[in-house]
Amino acid sequence: MALLGLASKATEKNRSLLTKTHTSTLPPSPSYNPKRLGKVQTQFFTFAHPPEEMALESGERLGPIRVAYETYGTLNEERSNAILVLHALSGDAHAAGFHEGETKPGWWDDMIGPGKAFDTDRYFVICSNVLGGCKGTTGPSSINPKTGKPYGLDFPVIGIPDMVRVQKYLVDHLGIERLLCVAGGSMGGMQALEWLVSHSDRMESAIVISTAAKHSPQQIAFHEVGRQAIMADPHWNGGNYYGCALPSKGLAVARMVGHITYMSDVSMAQKFRRHPNGERLHKFSAGCEVEDYLHARGNHFVKRFDANSYLYITRAIDSYDLSRGRDLAEAFRGLQKKVLALAFKSDWLYPPSQTREIVKACKQAGVDTTYCEIESTYGHDAFLLEIEEQTHLIRHFLKRVSDERGSAGEREVRHYEI
Amino acid sequence: MRSDGTRLDFQIILQWVQPGSAVLDLGCGDGDLLELLVREKGVKAQGIEINEQAIYRCVAKGLSVFHDDLDRGLSEYGDKTFDYVILNQTLQQVRKLDEALQEALRVGREVIVGFPNFAHWSARVQLFFRGHTPITPALPYEWHDTPNLHFLSLLDFTHYCQKRHIQIRRAAFLGEKRMIRFRPNLLAQAGIFLISHDQRPKGE
Repeated sequence: MALLGLASKATEKNRSLLTKTHTSTLPPSPSYNPKRLGKVQTQFFTFAHPPEEMALESGERLGPIRVAYETYGTLNEERSNAILVLHALSGDAHAAGFHEGETKPGWWDDMIGPGKAFDTDRYFVICSNVLGGCKGTTGPSSINPKTGKPYGLDFPVIGIPDMVRVQKYLVDHLGIERLLCVAGGSMGGMQALEWLVSHSDRMESAIVISTAAKHSPQQIAFHEVGRQAIMADPHWNGGNYYGCALPSKGLAVARMVGHITYMSDVSMAQKFRRHPNGERLHKFSAGCEVEDYLHARGNHFVKRFDANSYLYITRAIDSYDLSRGRDLAEAFRGLQKKVLALAFKSDWLYPPSQTREIVKACKQAGVDTTYCEIESTYGHDAFLLEIEEQTHLIRHFLKRVSDERGSAGEREVRHYEI
Repeated sequence: MRSDGTRLDFQIILQWVQPGSAVLDLGCGDGDLLELLVREKGVKAQGIEINEQAIYRCVAKGLSVFHDDLDRGLSEYGDKTFDYVILNQTLQQVRKLDEALQEALRVGREVIVGFPNFAHWSARVQLFFRGHTPITPALPYEWHDTPNLHFLSLLDFTHYCQKRHIQIRRAAFLGEKRMIRFRPNLLAQAGIFLISHDQRPKGE
């Protein structure tokens, strides 16, 4: 009996040493029966009314600040089942479900809903648009109360910690003392890390996906190309283009660069071919589908995103440094939190090595951490596409966090009106 | 010994580990041993495992685990971070065995090592009379398809510990279904050792 057991364990290891297939053999999850959320609505909350403006990292003050947010599921009586989900660069508050009259669901609909990774039958999920954004939260396209015109470049420079402070005000507003979890990928992961070091008393756990404690020169370089493309567009006009022609060309090029970095060599090769009858977009086009794809993504993006927001937000990401010049492990020292860190093998924009740096610091600081490097060919996009693996890991992680907290989860929930 | 189907090697380790201690399992596989230690001894458990699918099974058991290489996973820990570092059926598969064991002894106050005995009589018979690389229940692989990098006997390990000034504080020798007390290097299929760097008196 005993040694047969030894043998099977060793065989498992043997397999892992030799090959790494992508055939998933996830253990069955009997309760996994995902359904979609129905209609959802964006809500708004305004705070920091003058003269009580919010102080920013830069020392400047900003107010009033309006926050666009959505919630899914119900807050339990103890208010202990709330999860804050954080979006990436171009995301918004609409993370799941459908807006009235729309056919496209929120940006993380595969992960949020009844029976999904962030199970709205158990948890109360909150997502808000970031400060500096253009999807309902105050940003450079919002009206500056002092001038009655859009802020443009009069909008103060913001950082990831400022975005997080705005989220904290929202959590206060919702009457939640402690979040069960703060979770996000990419820029959302940076915010989850910032929550962990700045507001750890307000949370139990963090899920950080495909992210970095600090941008590398390579990451900054791609953003800088995007920013230069926007600023080189004559319509940008020093950020003062509201009500006139928009710097669409520049913003589209910025988005095209972005999309290149979100995919992998393999995923591009699988997705794009040369046009069979040699159609070309322009004289110098190579007649490859990737060109059409990038143009389509770029043109689509300019309809939904503000160029100045792109400048402000990429700057916030590029300037962020979780460690603030300290040893990263020092930043995590003494945190009695649980952390789930995920990275994807083919992600070269936020390579697993950057997540491993975070995990290493957690290790050294004695933070209870789980790390998984998920096999995927999707590149950085994987965090939005590899649903099955993430669902398994996140569901079990959240269950453990809520079990150990000894509330949420199985308890009866009552509807909470906000 | 318990008769509830718990693996014999797990039962030994369960006996040795103090309640509430901090345990690192190197090559924790599906996390069965850690799960048992958490349930029965309330240990603070951490696993390191290279196989992605095994990570999923560990997480389903509510364990904290790092997806990492054994040859790399230890160096990031401070001295004596854990009460126990466990290398059960992993030691023989570690590329740099010497380094890994020294690191385990640095990171853990005590180290529990379990490995198959290459000098078991059936292995000796196969090699001596049949001229084949032995295949036994504890060493079930063909020579060309084995994860094992090191082939050691129980005696080899005790000699190694003497040479490296490592103290063997406890040892247990396993047969197929029971403990072996007589001539273990000949009769045991596997051995489990509790070792440390400490210079505490022997026979504690």
